[in-house]
Amino acid sequence: MPIDKVWVLAEVAESGPTPVTLELLTEARTVASTVEALAWGPDTASFAGTLGEYGAARVYDVGDLGGALPGAPVAGAIAELVKGGNAPDALFVPATYDGRDVAGRLSVKLDRPVLTNVTDLAVDGDLSSKHPVFGGSHLVTARFAGEGPGIFVIRAKSFAAEPGGGAAAEVVPAPTPDLGATGGARIVDRHVEQRSGPKLDEAAVVVSGGRGLGAAEHYALIEELAGLLHGAAGASRAIVDAGWVPYSHQVGQTGKTVKPTVYVAAGISGATQHLVGMKGSKNIVAINKDQDAPIFSVADLGIVGDVHKVLPALIEALKSRG
Amino acid sequence: MNVVVCVKQIPDPAAPASLDPTTHTLDRSGKLILDDSDSYGVEMALQLAANVEGSEVTVVSMAPNSETSGLRTALAMGAAKAILVSDGALAGTDALGTAKVLAAAIRRAEPDLVIAATESTDGYTGTVPVQVAELLGLPSVTFAKAVATDGSSVKVERQTEAGYDDVECSLPAVVTVTAGVVEPRYPSFKGIMAAKSKPVDTLSLADLGIDPSEVGFTGARQEITDVSAAESRSAGEIVVDEGDGAQRIVAFLEQIKVV
Ligand SMILES: Cc1cc2nc3c(=O)[nH]c(=O)nc-3n(C[C@H](O)[C@H](O)[C@H](O)COP(=O)(O)OP(=O)(O)OC[C@H]3O[C@@H](n4cnc5c(N)ncnc54)[C@H](O)[C@@H]3O)c2cc1C
Ligand SMILES: Nc1ncnc2c1ncn2[C@@H]1O[C@H](COP(=O)(O)O)[C@@H](O)[C@H]1O
Repeated sequence: MPIDKVWVLAEVAESGPTPVTLELLTEARTVASTVEALAWGPDTASFAGTLGEYGAARVYDVGDLGGALPGAPVAGAIAELVKGGNAPDALFVPATYDGRDVAGRLSVKLDRPVLTNVTDLAVDGDLSSKHPVFGGSHLVTARFAGEGPGIFVIRAKSFAAEPGGGAAAEVVPAPTPDLGATGGARIVDRHVEQRSGPKLDEAAVVVSGGRGLGAAEHYALIEELAGLLHGAAGASRAIVDAGWVPYSHQVGQTGKTVKPTVYVAAGISGATQHLVGMKGSKNIVAINKDQDAPIFSVADLGIVGDVHKVLPALIEALKSRG
Repeated sequence: MNVVVCVKQIPDPAAPASLDPTTHTLDRSGKLILDDSDSYGVEMALQLAANVEGSEVTVVSMAPNSETSGLRTALAMGAAKAILVSDGALAGTDALGTAKVLAAAIRRAEPDLVIAATESTDGYTGTVPVQVAELLGLPSVTFAKAVATDGSSVKVERQTEAGYDDVECSLPAVVTVTAGVVEPRYPSFKGIMAAKSKPVDTLSLADLGIDPSEVGFTGARQEITDVSAAESRSAGEIVVDEGDGAQRIVAFLEQIKVV
């Protein structure tokens, strides 16, 4: 399957297309001659400029979903377009909540499998994808067999976003298929968790805490250190599950992927599912009292010590520098 | 209310995992256990069923062998019965094939509510439950961190990038739960004993009317072409804190110009 046309599932927030959307558009540009996007929301047209700048010649607009969860209506629209004879060779989907829903539904509608957890792509006539396994110690290369578009669900931060200087995308309305019962889920209210400082997945410094902190109140040390370093505070899943911090702080396979200049892991063991979310950081500092903790295998600087001693001392030292 | 929970039985994640050198699929030949991710689903189902009169929890699993130990764990926790789809032809089945098999088995249980985990520990494709929903023609609410039901609809707090959304959906529906939503109970001794006599309905592909060519290695329309060791990070400096740990970190941060 030579790669000619790629579609990108574009997620658009109030402030514009999300970073992962721009990353996927950029990568689509390098593998295919024609790049088109699919988007939904009340105001897609006003982002046609950005989508075009990053490579989309055209954007199919599913429109305002009026509170419906995107999975069924967006997959339905894509399936109609494909069945109308307009199939791309591949569809790039961001590995987000809604992206995964769309991919799963579309997979059934097109009777095509999905390749998920993709972190890299390669073209050699055909398109193949790379997937980290066993906590990133190994890379699996996979590809689709048979006819029809390949659906790739790609993790954030797999590619760098760069504008290509294209003109504004042409906005074309997407079909609105009848969804029957599948479209029945409705968002009735939205809750936004306020957090101060830079966003976790955009911060240059991330300081994360884990179960080694011992108690929820000690997470304040993580927040204070993150603040002093103008960074964001993150967490392992163990303490998210324990209810110490909201889910939006979670780093790892089921949380955010981060690639900061420096990642500080305090009281985190370094389970494979945590490592896949932060291994790409430029520098890693780990503090753990167990010298055999797997986190040390990826650390540039590892301190075998007690977080309750090292963190307060570190905070003091940074404060005294002013 | 009929609550069906998808439970995957997986190789013990604590044991080192290995890929079959020829098929590049995960070696599942050893003993399988209940995926931890699904223990949250089982617990959620039991709690929801307890609040709606006349409810029953059925667990459904697909496996290439006749393994039931994971199902027994779920039965010991309190599920009433189990359906196991087991067929030699299932080895190597991809996520879509798995979803087709599970959907066919779930349909038999006439579910009002289907619960699964957002992703399995060993495969973590995270697509099977939504594929099942689409195959069954049902709505789905994924990434639930809280679920409530009165037997006719569900109210879900669904995780989002920014926080969470309140989502409502009438039943029947598929809901996927994240870990940590509830605290899975430990099976009691009584529960373990009772589980031994609970029904496990074992079905073959023929029972479900599924052609073996649609599943397994032959049905999978994706293939692994290579497995290689990833570039590993060069080993860093590991030092024992002698009271100077914080200073070392400061020095390191200076060196990389973060402070
Ligand atoms: C499908 C699936 C998805 C998952 N997704 C994620 C994910 O996205 N992100 C994630 O993080 N995890 C994820 N996990 C969970 C993961 O497997 C681990 O359970 C989790 O990362 C462990 O968190 P932890 O390191 O905080 O806790 P633990 O593993 O309990 O480690 C605590 C560490 O703190 C150290 N410690 C204790 N006391 C001190 C002290 N006083 N000073 C210094 N060190 C101390 C200990 O030596 C230990 O190494 C997932 C698991 C599954 C099955
Ligand atoms: N073979 C299986 N048997 C039963 N349930 C499964 C199976 N595979 C996947 N599931 C369900 O789907 C969820 C997501 O799986 P996955 O798509 O592999 O990440 C699992 O946590 C289970 O709830």
